[in-house]
Amino acid sequence: MTAFIAKRMGSALLTLLFISILTFSISHLAGDPASAIAGREASAADIARIREFYGFDRPITVQYLDWASDVLRGDFGQSYHYRQPVSALIMARLPITFTLGVAGLLFALVVGIPLGLLGAIRQNSLIDRFAVLMAAIGQAMPSFWLALVGIVVFGVTLRWLPISGSSGVANFILPSVVLGFFTMPAILRLTRAGMIEALESDYVRTARAKGLRPARIVLRHSLRNVLVSIVSISSIQLGSMLGGSIVIEQVFALQGIGWLGYDATVRSDLPVLQAITILVAAFYVALTLIADIINAFLDPRIGVT
Amino acid sequence: MKTALEKSPPLRRRGNTKVLVSGTMLFLFVAMALLAPLLAPHDPNAQDLAHRLFQPWGYAKHDPTHLLGTDGFGRDYLSRLIYGSRVALLIGLLVMAISGVIGITIGMTAGYFGGVTDQVLMFVINSRLSLPVFLVVMAVVVVFGPSLMGTILILGFLQWERFAIVSRASTQQMAGSDFVLAARMLGFSHIRIMFTEILPNIASSLIVVATLEMSWAIILESSLSFIGFGVQEPTASWGLMLAQAKQYIFFESWLLYIPGLALVALVLSINSFGDGLGRMMGGGRKS
Repeated sequence: MTAFIAKRMGSALLTLLFISILTFSISHLAGDPASAIAGREASAADIARIREFYGFDRPITVQYLDWASDVLRGDFGQSYHYRQPVSALIMARLPITFTLGVAGLLFALVVGIPLGLLGAIRQNSLIDRFAVLMAAIGQAMPSFWLALVGIVVFGVTLRWLPISGSSGVANFILPSVVLGFFTMPAILRLTRAGMIEALESDYVRTARAKGLRPARIVLRHSLRNVLVSIVSISSIQLGSMLGGSIVIEQVFALQGIGWLGYDATVRSDLPVLQAITILVAAFYVALTLIADIINAFLDPRIGVT
Repeated sequence: MKTALEKSPPLRRRGNTKVLVSGTMLFLFVAMALLAPLLAPHDPNAQDLAHRLFQPWGYAKHDPTHLLGTDGFGRDYLSRLIYGSRVALLIGLLVMAISGVIGITIGMTAGYFGGVTDQVLMFVINSRLSLPVFLVVMAVVVVFGPSLMGTILILGFLQWERFAIVSRASTQQMAGSDFVLAARMLGFSHIRIMFTEILPNIASSLIVVATLEMSWAIILESSLSFIGFGVQEPTASWGLMLAQAKQYIFFESWLLYIPGLALVALVLSINSFGDGLGRMMGGGRKS
């Protein structure tokens, strides 16, 4: 087990190193940061001065090592646009996106797992068809469209929920549900498929032959196996929620990380863009690492190979 | 309680109906895209500021020459909807093709050779998975400028991970099977074994991925166009139509419903077509 965890951590660190090099080199090859800072009207001399001031004239490997050692100390540099430390900008906006992500995932789990379980236990029943339909629709709807329809129905027509801003709890209901609705199909399908497979397996047949009640079989024997895949998919989904969050924060005028990422992209604010990319990658890598470790405990067979 | 096994035969039949219904829908969408110049009642880009925001059939402010009304520039909404299917299908198909070639090559190589090759390629796949795709796409678009071809290329080069993961797993299952061993003993080259022996056998699971990938590309394109990082005006794209509809959602919400429903219908029919086809071919879908 310890060897397995050590190996996974090693590969996680390697992935992050690779991503950081990739992010850094792509963003520096892509455009001249000096002219981006200077703006359109800057003269060549201005740009040259800025290039020297920020150290863009040094070899790219030196710049990378410099940047990477700062990042390791938690310093992501200064935003070109806001003239503030990037870490401060991110910390200020993190709570909004974090709330969205966690609330969205909770919604997806609370809706997806029970529907998937019920669907698997009563296959081809009405509730199963409803579950499959919900998954299909959830998968087919672009989240920004669902967000706009939600605004029209609950914000404009029914006037139940506020349609933009982040002043209260009610502001987060619609965006979280939209974000969660987009994650729910994967969780529902996985729960349902995993449960069907578990119910068909030999150990459940044995348990049934022993005369255990179906509900007990489901809860004690099958759910544990399904949990492994739910833990994995949830970590992947939570990690990739930022993509959905960029669009949803735009629609609902929520100033979270997704909004900051959009803003930084439009303004070519490289330090902010690099920081967000690295942090999202680190978050994803950490989540999958944790999920793998949880799963190694849930299913002892995993750690062996 | 009946077990799931007893119910498996009708699954295949239901796969048939599913393929039939969704296939017909898909065929209609493709026909709409191909025959757009014949079907569209107006030029999709012709602006007429005197006839802005006419409403669709059944609403009060309706004009008989514009069945689905006109947008904020007075352009015929039905014509833009019809032409928009071209962009959606083109993006879906090309992104699927590019990401399919990349993903299947990576996945099959990893699954077939195993060992160090597998570890290195798994590392590449994991690194790709940890990248925030949407942000990367946006950054690339800022550098190269937004365009239809650009969107297709960047999505194709980024969205191959599902192809890779599925083809890797399926190839692993096949790699030790008798017919692969037999082919190896006959002295077939690795490439020949991979493409003529293994690939046809993992096709059913790849079809499901291919259709999912196609619909995912369509959704991504509409999201990108919606925030201004995809297809640009005046091209008729459903995502762009929705971007414009956003300004009018308080008074003219039908502007939002029409392209949105078209998008959902297309994606639903692609997904169920793949799902049904996969089932008919015996692959079945697990996740």
